[in-house]
Amino acid sequence: MIKTDFLCLTPFMIVAIAPILMMLTIAITRNFKIIYGFSLLAFIIALVSVFFIMPAVPYRISQLLIFDDFSILFIGIIIIASILVTVLSYGYLKSQESEKEEYFIILFVASLGSLLLVSACNFITLFLGLETLSISLFILIAYRRVKDHSIEAGVKYLILASVSSAFLLFGMGLIYAGTGFLEFKGISMAIKLSAISMPLLSAGFAMMLVGIGFKLAVVPFHMWTPDVYQGAPTPVAAYIATISKGAVMALFIRFFYVLNGNQNQSFIYIITIIAVLSMFIGNLLAIRQQNLKRILAYSSIANLGYLLVTLLIGNENGIQAAIFYLISYIITTLGAFGVISLLSNSGHEADTIDDFKGLFWKQPWIAIVFTLALLSLAGIPITAGFMAKFYIIFRGINSNLWLLVVSLIINSVIGLYYYLRVITALYLQSDTIKISSISLTGNLFLAFIAIGILWLGIFPEWFFHFIARYSGMQ
Amino acid sequence: MILLYLIIILLAGGILAWISGKWNSLFPRIISIIVLSVDLLLTFSIYLNQETGQQNSWLIDYKVAWIPSFGISLHLAVDGLSLLMLMLSFFIGLIAVLISWKEIDKNTGFFHFNILWIISGITGVFLSLDLFLFYFFWELMLVPMYFLISIWGHENRIYASYKFFIYTQASGLLMFISIITLFFVHGSNTGVYTFDYFGLLGTKMPEVLAYMLMLGFLAAFLVKLPIVPLHNWLPDAHTEAPTAGSLILAGLLLKTGAYGLLRFAIPLFPEASVQFAPIAMILGVIGILYGAKLAYAQTNLKRLVAYTSVSHMGFVIIGVYSFNSLAYQGVVMQMIAHAISTGALFIIVGQLYERIHTQDIDKMGGLWKQVPVMGAMGLIFSMASLGLPGLGNFIAEFLTLAGTYKANIPIACIASVGLVAATIYSLRILQKVFFGKDNAGWKIHDLSIREKLITGSFVIVIFYLGLLPQAIFNTAQPALNKTLNAINNIKTTDSNLTKKENYTKSLSLDMHRVK
Repeated sequence: MIKTDFLCLTPFMIVAIAPILMMLTIAITRNFKIIYGFSLLAFIIALVSVFFIMPAVPYRISQLLIFDDFSILFIGIIIIASILVTVLSYGYLKSQESEKEEYFIILFVASLGSLLLVSACNFITLFLGLETLSISLFILIAYRRVKDHSIEAGVKYLILASVSSAFLLFGMGLIYAGTGFLEFKGISMAIKLSAISMPLLSAGFAMMLVGIGFKLAVVPFHMWTPDVYQGAPTPVAAYIATISKGAVMALFIRFFYVLNGNQNQSFIYIITIIAVLSMFIGNLLAIRQQNLKRILAYSSIANLGYLLVTLLIGNENGIQAAIFYLISYIITTLGAFGVISLLSNSGHEADTIDDFKGLFWKQPWIAIVFTLALLSLAGIPITAGFMAKFYIIFRGINSNLWLLVVSLIINSVIGLYYYLRVITALYLQSDTIKISSISLTGNLFLAFIAIGILWLGIFPEWFFHFIARYSGMQ
Repeated sequence: MILLYLIIILLAGGILAWISGKWNSLFPRIISIIVLSVDLLLTFSIYLNQETGQQNSWLIDYKVAWIPSFGISLHLAVDGLSLLMLMLSFFIGLIAVLISWKEIDKNTGFFHFNILWIISGITGVFLSLDLFLFYFFWELMLVPMYFLISIWGHENRIYASYKFFIYTQASGLLMFISIITLFFVHGSNTGVYTFDYFGLLGTKMPEVLAYMLMLGFLAAFLVKLPIVPLHNWLPDAHTEAPTAGSLILAGLLLKTGAYGLLRFAIPLFPEASVQFAPIAMILGVIGILYGAKLAYAQTNLKRLVAYTSVSHMGFVIIGVYSFNSLAYQGVVMQMIAHAISTGALFIIVGQLYERIHTQDIDKMGGLWKQVPVMGAMGLIFSMASLGLPGLGNFIAEFLTLAGTYKANIPIACIASVGLVAATIYSLRILQKVFFGKDNAGWKIHDLSIREKLITGSFVIVIFYLGLLPQAIFNTAQPALNKTLNAINNIKTTDSNLTKKENYTKSLSLDMHRVK
C-alpha cells in the first residue's frame, strides 16, 4: 500500500525536493548555469518517473489524490511544458544582473501546484494546488521588480487571484454544507441520491465557477489577462497561458464529468454563454491591439472559449477533443511566446508588432516557426490548430451544438484577421530589426515546436489513438 | 501512386527551391521549371495511356488510409476533367515561373516556393476524392497565395491579400461544416462513417437539409468562382498581385470553384441543385452583364482585365446549371480558354507595367508603333476575350449559350448580350492602349525572346482550342457524364416535376449530337 503511494507520488516529490536542493546550492554559491542545468535534470527525472507510475494506475491516495490515465497524461504534459518554459526562461534571464537563480525555485513550486491540480479529486487538494500555483505565479509575474509594468501586473494578479480564491472557497463551503462531502465523487453521489436544497448548491457551484473562471480567464472574468501578460516576463506569460490554464482546465474537466455537468440544463446554459462570449470578446478585442503579448492574451481568452465547447459535447469524445485541443494549444502558444521570449531579454521586451517587422528576411528560421504558430492559432491546415479545431467542430456537430459551432466558425474568421496582421508584419521589407543570435537550446526549442505543430497537423492519427488510450478517468 | 508523386514532387521542389535561393537566384527558377515540366510530362503520360479505351471513367484511383479514426483517407483519383485541369495547372505554373524571370528579383527562393506550393494545393484540389482531403488542399493553397500577394504585390497589396484570405477562408469554413454534417448524415443512415466521395454520393437526406448543405458547398465555390455579390475580393486580389499571381488566380484558382461545382456540389446534391438552378442562372447572368459593365468603367488596365473574369465566369455558372452535356462541354472549354486568354491579357498588362510602370489606361495610347509584337498579341487575346470564332473562347461561349438555350431560353438570350458587352470592353483595351494618340511619348522596347516564347505558346493553345476542340471534348465527356447522370437519376425516383424531365430529355439528345 504505502509503496504504491510513494511510487505514485514520485513526480510530486521530485518536483518538491528539487527546489529545496536548489536553495541549498544557492546558499553555497550563486551560479545561474548550475541551477538551470539542475532544473532541467530534475524535470527530466520527474518525466521519466511518470513512466514508472503507469503500471500502477488507476490508483487513489486516500481521498485526496487520484492517479488515472487522465491525470498521468496531464502530469506528463505539464512536466514537458515546464521543461520548455525552463529553456525559455534561461535565455530570457541570462542577461539580468542579480537574483535570477531563485526564479527556477518558484517555477518548480508553481509546477508542483499544477501537478496537484490535475490529480486532485477533492476540494482540499484542489484548493492547495490552486493556491500553490497562484502564489508562485504572482511572484514570478513581478519578478523583474524594477520594471513598472511588472509590479502592476503582479499586484493585479495577486488581488484578483485572492478574490477568485475567496469565491472558490466560499463556493466549496456552500457545497460542503449542502452535501457533506469534499470529494468530487461523494458530491456527485450525494446530489444524485438525496434531495438537497438546490439554492445552496446552485450558489456554491456559481461561486466555484467564478473562481475557476478567473483562473481560466474566460469572459466575463478575463479583465486581468492582457495586463498581466504584458507586464509579466515573457516565459512567465507563457507559463500562465499554457501550464496554469491547462492544469485548471484539466481539473475543471474532471470536476465537470464526475458531476455529470452536461446533464444539468443550467450548467449547459451558463457554459454556452461563457464560451460564446469568450470567443467573441476575446477575438474582437484582439483586433486593434499593437502589443503582441496582449494579442496572445486575447487570443488565449478566445481559445479557452473554444475549449469550453468540448465540455458540452459530453462523454469521452468531449474529453478527447479537449485533450487534443489542449495539447495543440499548449504547443502553439508556447511557440508564439517562445519566439517573443527568444528575441527579448529581461532588459528589452520585443513585444510590439513593430519589433517583428521584416523578421523573415533577417532570421527566416524564427519567422517560419512564428508563422507556423500563428497559422496554427488561426486554424489553417498542416498545423496542429487546424486538426484541433476540426476535432471540436466535428464533435460539436455530432452533438448538435450548432450555436457553438457557428460562433466558433465566425470567430475563426475574426481571429484570422489579427493573426494575419502579425504574419504580414513578419514579411514586410524593413531594415529596423536587430539581429540577435539564438542559442543552441533556443534552436532546439524552435525545432521541437515546429515538429510538434506539423506532426499534430499532418499525422494526427497516432495522437488520436494515444489520447483515446489515456483519457480514462476514474 | 503516380498521383501522390505529382503532389510530393511539387512540395519537395518548393522546399528545395527555397533553400537553393540562398545561394543563387537562378537555382529556384530552374528547379521550378524542372519540377513543373516533370509533372506536366507525367500528366501527359496519363493522358496518352487513357486512349486505350477504358470503360471506367476514373483513369487512376489511389487510396490509402490517412486518419482512419475519422474515416479520412488519402484518396486521389483522376478522370478526364481533372486530367485537363492538371495539364492546365502545370502549364500555367510553368508560364508563371517564366514571366517572373525579370519581374521578381528579390527573394526568388521564397517566391518559387510559394508558386510551387500553390500549384500543389491546386493539384490536390483537382485530385482529391476524399472530402476532408479536398478541404485540406482547398485551404492549403490560400497561404502561399496570400504570401505571393502580400509580399510581391503592388501598392495596396496588404489590403488585397487580407481580403482574399478572409473571403476564401470564411466561405471555406461554411463548406467544412457542410462536409462534416454530410459525414454524420451519411454515417447515421448507413453506419459507415467516411469522408470518401464515392461513399457519400447518393446520401439520402431530407430536402431542406440537402439544400442547406449544398449552400455550404456553394458558398466556397461561388466565392472562388466568383459570382456577383461575392466577387468583391477578386478585383483587388488580381490587381495587386504580381503578374504570376494574377495569372494563377485567374487561370487556376477561379477554376477550382467551377471544378468544385461539377465534381462535388451537383453530384452530391442533385435535387437541391436542380432547385437552386434558376437562382444560380440569374446570378450568372447578372455576373456576365455587371462584370462587363464594371470592366468597361475601369481606368486601371489590370482591374479592367480582372473584371472581365467576373463576366466570363458568369457563363460558367449558367452553363453548369443548365445540366446538359452541350453546356458542360462549353463550361470545360470556358475554364481552359479563359485561363489562357485572360492569363495572356494579365501577362501583357504585366509586360507593359515593366516598361512604363503604370497601369493607368489614360496614360497609355498609340503604343502599337512602339511595340508591334506586343500589340499583335494584345489584339489576339482581346479578340479571344470577345469571342471571335476560331479562338477557344468562341467555342466555349457558343456551346454554353446553346446548352443554356435548351434549359432556359430567357437566360440564354440575356446572356448573349454579354458577348456584345465583351466586344465593347475588349475593343476599348485595344483602342486605349495600342491605338489612339500617344500622349505620354513613351520610348519602350518590344517583347524579348522570352516574352515572345511565353505569349507565343498562349497563342498556339488558344488557336488549338478554337480550331481543334474535339480532343478536349473527348477527354472531358466521360467525366461530365457522371455529373449529368446524377441529375439524370433524379428522374427515375421522382418524375412529377416536368422541369426535371425537360432537363433529362435535352440531356439524352445532346449525348448523341456531341459524340
